[in-house]
Amino acid sequence: MTRVALRHRLAERGVDRHLWLLLPGLACVLALFVYPFAYGIGLSFQPAEGGVFGAYRAFFADAYQRDTITTTLGLSLPAAILNVAASVPIAYRMRGRFRGKRLLTTVLVVPITLGTVLTAEGLLNYLGPAGWFNRALLSIGLIDEPVRLTNNYWGVFFSLVITGFPFAFLLILSYLSGIDPTLERAAATLGAGGWQRFRRITLPLLAPGLATTFCLTFVLAFSVFPSAVLVGDPAGSTRVISIAAYHAAYEVYDYSLGSAIAVVMGVVELAVVAVVLGLRSLLYTGSTGGKG
Amino acid sequence: MTGFDELRLDGVRRRFGDRDALAGLSLTIRRGEFLALLGPSGCGKSTALNCLAGLLPLSEGSIWQDGARLDTLPPERRGFGMVFQNYALFPHLSVRRNIAFGLQMRRLPRDEVRRRTEEAIRLVRLEEHAAKLPGQLSGGQQQRVAIARAVVLEPSLVLMDEPLSNLDAKLRLEMRTEIRRLHQTLGLTTVYVTHDQEEALSLADRLVVLRDGRVEQIGTPQDLHERPANRHVADFMGYRNLLPMKVKAVHGAVVAVEGVGLTLEGTAVGPLAPGDDVVVGIRPEDLHVGEQGTPVTVEVVEYQGRELAVEARTSGGAAVHLRAAARPTPGDQVTVTAAPARVLIFPAAAP
Repeated sequence: MTRVALRHRLAERGVDRHLWLLLPGLACVLALFVYPFAYGIGLSFQPAEGGVFGAYRAFFADAYQRDTITTTLGLSLPAAILNVAASVPIAYRMRGRFRGKRLLTTVLVVPITLGTVLTAEGLLNYLGPAGWFNRALLSIGLIDEPVRLTNNYWGVFFSLVITGFPFAFLLILSYLSGIDPTLERAAATLGAGGWQRFRRITLPLLAPGLATTFCLTFVLAFSVFPSAVLVGDPAGSTRVISIAAYHAAYEVYDYSLGSAIAVVMGVVELAVVAVVLGLRSLLYTGSTGGKG
Repeated sequence: MTGFDELRLDGVRRRFGDRDALAGLSLTIRRGEFLALLGPSGCGKSTALNCLAGLLPLSEGSIWQDGARLDTLPPERRGFGMVFQNYALFPHLSVRRNIAFGLQMRRLPRDEVRRRTEEAIRLVRLEEHAAKLPGQLSGGQQQRVAIARAVVLEPSLVLMDEPLSNLDAKLRLEMRTEIRRLHQTLGLTTVYVTHDQEEALSLADRLVVLRDGRVEQIGTPQDLHERPANRHVADFMGYRNLLPMKVKAVHGAVVAVEGVGLTLEGTAVGPLAPGDDVVVGIRPEDLHVGEQGTPVTVEVVEYQGRELAVEARTSGGAAVHLRAAARPTPGDQVTVTAAPARVLIFPAAAP
């Protein structure tokens, strides 16, 4: 009898034979994610010389290596902020239903599907010294010599915006459509003008979504690699942290240092995300009345 | 209170695509009155309310507040209060801040905002809940917040869009009394949209019955209840028996009709001549089981507390609804009669 009762109690908490169905998935996660991840962390503590923290010490002692953190933050933070900030007004304008919305959304989303390499190639052709942009500015006499917009900070920044914006836009659009449109109408009947309605009603309800969107676009931008090499200045102003990790692991063959840099990268990302989510928890995060 | 003497809707029309949701509504709302817009779903009553509030632009026509044109103003400059069907409370603001919102938008001094907010909270008896978020309140409490938020501004007109439809039956009755009480004590002018004829009859001073975007009848609750202008209004006013029959004879106001196995006398609504096709409207409570009359066969009997609701079938095959005091058995034959004054005869051809 006690056996039956125990089984019953477990089943009520969701513990029953169906749990075995989780096994294949769990095995995959262990084999393909947890083990390599733990292996990498382990590797970072086993440098050829310098003791357990040797690799970390080597990274932070060398300004050339250490500065990759600020370089990467200098690219990814502004790019993520711009992506979120630019998405809000556009998504806000597009929150209702109108003719051609699907077409416009598709156009805005295409860059995601193109991939970084194609975007980089386009940027080189368009913004490069002999590209259309510079030629147009030269021909109308606005500038005397081509503006350098590729193979430096700005090339990578544009690339991050082009690939990150659609992502941020789609997320924010879906957060916005989760806010009940009658809330703004109610605010209007209470005397709130357009800006007040946005500022007092929609923005506070949207803010938690903005924080989440910011975290995701930031993480995407922080791990930038291809565009930093292709349209950036990988030896100088856009020597981002992923380049440093690649360099250490596959050019110097110091796997331990490579792993250590990867761990530092993860810790910096986590720190930024933790700060943002900490701020988010101060906001109202309950129901927003819409279809969610 | 920034009141008006009358608010005039002049041929207000609203089109959605090629369909008229509201086909030329002309109506005058007087200060202090409680007006109900009544009709089945899709009749245009909510459209009319949204046009009044300024949430929907008009396709044609105009709205005038005394001498001033109103329909060109955005909703935030009309100064009307609105109670939404889903309440539309701001989920991130406490009850107190929800109610204070409109006052803050008017840039009133902080002391006045606080005083009037607390007054409104007291008015709807939510003192204990003032610091809670709307999500922590029950449906009836949310409803009261929505009403307080609308009336705290002392609006010249309060618009209510089916405010009771999300509440259960008991609470609906309580809130109905509450709304009428507020209307009277605050001296509000109210336009109330509902599909519930009982609600409209009990609350309103004047009713507007709409169908397919058109006005079917405007009148006091008594007018509509006793003298519906046509069979659609009758259908809405509880004339559950609407039987297709033919005129046999006309004796002044009293008309004899027969058809579907029944012979009755009734009161004509509109001109009729012998041989005309008509629709005969009788309330179930006016169709009595009596000694003499037309025999019908009882089919379904429902217990309804003080009396029994009976569905019976005539020899002509039509279903009739009536009330009975004693419990008949399904299959019984009973004879039914109705007082001619309680039987309304509408021309069938009329719209």
